[in-house]
Amino acid sequence: MKKHLVNAAVLSALIGATTQVQAQGAGRDTISIVGSSTVYPFATVVAERFGRSTDFKTPKIESTGSGGGLKLFCKGVGANTPDITNSSRRIKKSEYDDCQANGVTEIVEVLIGYDGIALANASSAPTFKMSMKDVYLALAKDIPGADGKLIANPHKTWKDVNPTLPATRIEVLGPPPTSGTRDAFAELAMGGGAKAIPALKALRSLEAGQEAEIRQAMAQLGMPAGVYDALKEQKGKAPKGEDVFNTIAYAVREDGAYIEAGENDNLIVQKLAANPDALGIFGFSFLEENGDKVHGSVIDGVTPTFDTIADGDYPISRPLYFYIKKAHVGKIPGIQEYALEFTSEKAMGEDGYLPEKGLIPLADDELAKVEADVRNMNTLSM
Amino acid sequence: MNSTNEPRRSTSSAAIQASLKRRYARERRFQWYGRLAVLTGFVFLFILLADIVSKGYPAFTQQYIMVEVDFDKEQLGLAADATAEQIADADYLGLIKRSLREMFPEVTSRSEKKQLYRLVSMGAEYQLRDMVMDDPGLLGQTREIWLQAHSEAGSYLKGQVAADSDQADRKVKDQQVLWLDQLRAAGRTESRFNTTFFTAGDSREPEMAGIKVALYGSFFTLLVTFFIAFPIGVSAAVYLEEFAPRNRLTDLIEININNLAAVPSIVFGLLGLAVFINFFELPRSAPLVGGIVLSLMTLPTIIITSRAAIQSVSPSIREAALGVGASKLQTVFHHVLPVAMPGILTGSIIGMAQALGESAPLLMIGMVAFIMDAPTGITDPATVLPVQIYLWADSPERGFTEKTSAAIMVLMGFLIVMNALAIYLRKRFELK
Repeated sequence: MKKHLVNAAVLSALIGATTQVQAQGAGRDTISIVGSSTVYPFATVVAERFGRSTDFKTPKIESTGSGGGLKLFCKGVGANTPDITNSSRRIKKSEYDDCQANGVTEIVEVLIGYDGIALANASSAPTFKMSMKDVYLALAKDIPGADGKLIANPHKTWKDVNPTLPATRIEVLGPPPTSGTRDAFAELAMGGGAKAIPALKALRSLEAGQEAEIRQAMAQLGMPAGVYDALKEQKGKAPKGEDVFNTIAYAVREDGAYIEAGENDNLIVQKLAANPDALGIFGFSFLEENGDKVHGSVIDGVTPTFDTIADGDYPISRPLYFYIKKAHVGKIPGIQEYALEFTSEKAMGEDGYLPEKGLIPLADDELAKVEADVRNMNTLSM
Repeated sequence: MNSTNEPRRSTSSAAIQASLKRRYARERRFQWYGRLAVLTGFVFLFILLADIVSKGYPAFTQQYIMVEVDFDKEQLGLAADATAEQIADADYLGLIKRSLREMFPEVTSRSEKKQLYRLVSMGAEYQLRDMVMDDPGLLGQTREIWLQAHSEAGSYLKGQVAADSDQADRKVKDQQVLWLDQLRAAGRTESRFNTTFFTAGDSREPEMAGIKVALYGSFFTLLVTFFIAFPIGVSAAVYLEEFAPRNRLTDLIEININNLAAVPSIVFGLLGLAVFINFFELPRSAPLVGGIVLSLMTLPTIIITSRAAIQSVSPSIREAALGVGASKLQTVFHHVLPVAMPGILTGSIIGMAQALGESAPLLMIGMVAFIMDAPTGITDPATVLPVQIYLWADSPERGFTEKTSAAIMVLMGFLIVMNALAIYLRKRFELK
């Protein structure tokens, strides 16, 4: 009898909680932020300061990855969807269209700064000095052989790639394909390196209309014609030379030279410290925090430092963004105030607390423009 | 006869002797293999624990630096009749910076000043603000105040940084080492028990981060899990054991429950995302959803152990109860369940301990989040201990390494307590 009563009480309590939740759905008082794990360390710093120094609640920030964040963000308008999503790349046209289709019509884009991607090895080993072409030739799945046709990457040691490099085995630890860091690395480093090869550069410059030329270039590279047709089907329209180029340039070798080490950059740093022959790929903030254990390789003659990334000299760097759902501004308290705190001189300025955490700040004029965009809530159109 | 038998007997007894010897040797060998296996297990456990404890124990102390702070109204920009709001908004960081400069007047260059300011935690300005908010009478006075040290300075004071290593190889610079040594010599540094670790939520500054949100989150999540999984699990077990007919259908149910116990936990997370968040529109990151998902995961454990406990109740108890005229329901509730209860509780506690250590399904429902404010109910955003560990392990700041290990120690402490409780209950059960 007593047990029945207990059960009934528990049941009613749960039902009560559920109805209470649905009632709450109308108005949430905590800002909900999702998105990139690269922006997460910066967004959380701002959120913490914002929570401590204002009367608003501290925003809740989930680390879902850029793609996952935008998917949640574009699901619709309402208290059950996030207000802001962080992204380590610009929103894609397809994602923007998805947002529009789901009623998220007004989006404010905020550029917050830059992040460099470092290729680093243990401090006990000599610093690598290489070009992006070396990076491409060492890590691509297929590279053009002596006769111009693509062959499976034959390079075993760095010396095979470039005689000036040491004769150690190619062993690179990096993030898996789901990571934004990997996307950026493929696009900037691998793509940049592939462009240094004339045949690939020529292919890249071909337009969508030049189907015959693209097919001819592909034949010269020894690629099956099916690749073109598959791309055409995938895109729903005639692919450009650049699309074919991307399939060649962004494919990372799978024969053990590139090791997927998971999303945890700390783990990569630890593995590098233990293995002086290996190189690792991770964001600049991890390089800066672990300067005693690892050092960044010189790429195209530029060492990854705060200044070289800020000046744009270091070639492998990418912009970081967050996106605001304008429909939520004014409904959920504190969204604009949070964005203003983020873009304030105190946070994003050269002496702000974000650069101290490893964010590469915007130039002054860029910052002023971003700040104005946030103040006026200028929306994005694509 | 004797003469012919004698040697034969002796050869056969010799053969038996030899085979006996071999058998004993085999047994001894096997025992050694067994000991070796146990030893290997212990060595691994010892290495794991030693690694965690050696990394984690420094996190339980916290370093403080004594700074003389002049609560100058002009510096703060406050008039005598300042409102509470003005006091809250005043520039306490400037106050700290000035106090530090006064302690080391020789510091003039910009980069040196920056290093000097990095000695104290970012939280110090909020500490001063709260002090003034509590007691506005402090304004205009000068006080000696213990301020929390920055995690990098703290790690030097804890002796984790070798001062003779190359300056470029460490976060604490030579100049800072010099200042910290001076402060220590003057008795202006202090090591205390780290209460912040238990009273603060997550933070981006290692010295200010704590596990309060994770502890509350774990508590609320387990509360929901218990109130769902325990009544449902025990009811299902009682029905299946005592009332259900034995037929194909109940056999099928039994097989499915056993299968459910082996389903990877991430699958429950996906289910929670699809059903509770997307369909029922319950809030993301809430202990309510986390608890429901974990209760699905612990249900099979509770049902299986409860059934085993009910099965092991002696039939004579049931027969005696039925014999004196008790109904089936009375027999079950008054006689069988009380005897089976310790076993049921043991199983439930082990199931709850599993739920406490689980993180994979919670990744899917948004509990991997930066949350500073402790939840006040089951619908507030929260995180749980294993997820907090995962988040800290992924942070770039070096200071989080020890926090990660310390949080693991706390989690393991809870698991040990829960498992010890389960063993205690089983012991009592066996005595009966």
